Amino acid sequence: MLRFLIRRFLALIALLIATSIVTFLLFFAGPSDVAANSCGKGCTPERIQQARVALGLDKPLVVQYLEYMKGLVAGREMGPPNGRYWCSWPCFGTSFQNNRPVWDIIKTALPFTLSIAIGAAAIFLIFGVGIGVTAALHRGKWPDKVAVAISSLGVSLPAPFIGLLFLWIVVSKWQLLPYTSNTVTSPWNPDPWTWFKNYLLAWLTLALIFGANYVRLTRANMIETMGEDYIRTARAKGLPSRTVTLKHGLRAAITPVVTVFGLDLGALLGGAVLTETIFSVPGLGRTAVNATFNQDLPIVMAVVLFSAFFIIFANIIVDILYAVIDPRVRLN
Amino acid sequence: MTGAERVAIDVEAVTAEPASDAFLSVRDLQVQFPTEDGIVQAVNGINLDLARGQTLGIVGESGSGKSVTSQAILGLLKGTSAQVTGSITLDGQDLVRASEADMQKLRGDVMSMIFQDPLSSMHPFYRVGDQIREAYLVHNHVGKKAAHQATVDMLRRVGIPNPDSRYRDYPHQFSGGMRQRAMIAMALICNPKLLIADEPTTALDVTVQAQILELIKDLQREYNSAVILITHDLGVVAETCERVLVMYGGQCVEMGTVDEIFYHPEMPYTWGLLGSMPRMDRTRQARLQPIAGQPPSLIQVPKGCVFNPRCRFTDRVPGNACREVRPDLVAAAGSHPVRCHIDSAERKRIWSSEIAAKL
Repeated sequence: MLRFLIRRFLALIALLIATSIVTFLLFFAGPSDVAANSCGKGCTPERIQQARVALGLDKPLVVQYLEYMKGLVAGREMGPPNGRYWCSWPCFGTSFQNNRPVWDIIKTALPFTLSIAIGAAAIFLIFGVGIGVTAALHRGKWPDKVAVAISSLGVSLPAPFIGLLFLWIVVSKWQLLPYTSNTVTSPWNPDPWTWFKNYLLAWLTLALIFGANYVRLTRANMIETMGEDYIRTARAKGLPSRTVTLKHGLRAAITPVVTVFGLDLGALLGGAVLTETIFSVPGLGRTAVNATFNQDLPIVMAVVLFSAFFIIFANIIVDILYAVIDPRVRLN
Repeated sequence: MTGAERVAIDVEAVTAEPASDAFLSVRDLQVQFPTEDGIVQAVNGINLDLARGQTLGIVGESGSGKSVTSQAILGLLKGTSAQVTGSITLDGQDLVRASEADMQKLRGDVMSMIFQDPLSSMHPFYRVGDQIREAYLVHNHVGKKAAHQATVDMLRRVGIPNPDSRYRDYPHQFSGGMRQRAMIAMALICNPKLLIADEPTTALDVTVQAQILELIKDLQREYNSAVILITHDLGVVAETCERVLVMYGGQCVEMGTVDEIFYHPEMPYTWGLLGSMPRMDRTRQARLQPIAGQPPSLIQVPKGCVFNPRCRFTDRVPGNACREVRPDLVAAAGSHPVRCHIDSAERKRIWSSEIAAKL
């Protein structure tokens, strides 16, 4: 088990390095002129040249990349020759727009994204699996039909539609919930109830879209598992049907759900672009979108790296969870 | 045993009243599965009696209704789409009408089952020992420690070396023979009075097969259990059972003692089974003789005798009875119950002059 963990951890680091190289090349070796972008519109060639030197873009790509990575893990010196300053680790550079350190911007946006991702994930996991199991156990009867209908709806409706519908009806018309605020960042800031009300609609929007998938996946797996020989054995032992369903059935049926959940959570932590935009939540997704419009390369680069990190990390966690769930995986 | 006595016992076996010494008694068991293509008549009117300490073999091709019969007895068809009618009486209790809660108490305790493929029949995520212990815990009011000890003892009893450490293994870490031993331990941990073994040796090699059968026989003697052995291996039946029930198309087509079925079979299907079995005790002949044709569809069961489309002897019956009239399971004087239109004396003659000589 320890060797397994070490191997997975090394794979994590290797993948992160590979991702950072690809991302870096995508932005800094691409066709767009980074120096011109940083300098803004109506910039003279001399100013662009100054910007190029200030950003270190006159050096070879390899040196630029190593500088960037050094900044990430140890911090580095930045700025024009006459105004060098120390950017401490993790240094993602500064925004082209307002010179704010990118790390500060990320740190501000992260709690919003965390709030959305974790709340939504909890809702769609619990309800998705719960409804999926219920549907499987009542296959062909009304609970199954209702579940399949709701999940088809959730899968087919786009996030903006559901989100705007919620906003229009619940917030504008009925005024049951407040508009989302820019200051509520966590359950203890200011308090859990405010936090809950603030994010509920965003959670429900994401839960409807993601949860539909869980209903279908859980239902299909559960139906398949309940037809397995070992379920018949469990019944033949005289176990109560509750034990048969949950301990023997769900335990096996949940395995593929864990994989999908890990990847979904990883993706959500990288920012739910559409949902954050609709509900005006200043999370990572919205930060990335704004930065893209402004061609603010250091921010885009940082958000991409962060998303990649979350997805890779989620993958590793899923791998480890798999070994915990399924003893057959541990051998290899 | 004289001929007259034997008739008396066998006729009793197919009448409506359960035999007085029977521990398990099945009467007119019917199992139907409604499907989109029509109703599957998986089991159609099975009668059988079994006393404690006895072993009954049920033989037949895949799809003849052997496994469905056993699952109906264990009540595993409750809660599925299957419709079970008739009566199954175990120690005086009617299992067809019993509630699922009552069946739960019986299953794994009074009656239990050894399944065919032990790898897919054990949960891949739980330790072998824990799966056996679970069966013990649900029927005995003891602590986990006592249940653990009972499990280790049972593992040792079925011949698993180092049961203390093997307890902690997962099914995939066991060999095929070990897994089947563990399955047997699981089935026998509560000391059942009725044991149904559904093709317990099918996936195993011959040496392990013999060990497993020997083990089942030993444990049967020790606990005085009634055993139903379901198999398509006639060799296994000859070694293990006292009585045999031959199934075809959901019906019992012939029933008798091992001697009667192997040395005086009267149903053309049984002849076919014996003809397609390799024999080590005879000189080798050119070819085994398979039964021509396919098993019948259980949705559109053939009219007349279920076996008639594949039977080579339909011309021995006057008229078109084989294709028109469903034969009853009857025992002629001095014989055992057979479902066939051919006259009993003629059947005996065909067996001794035309069939037995060629086997």
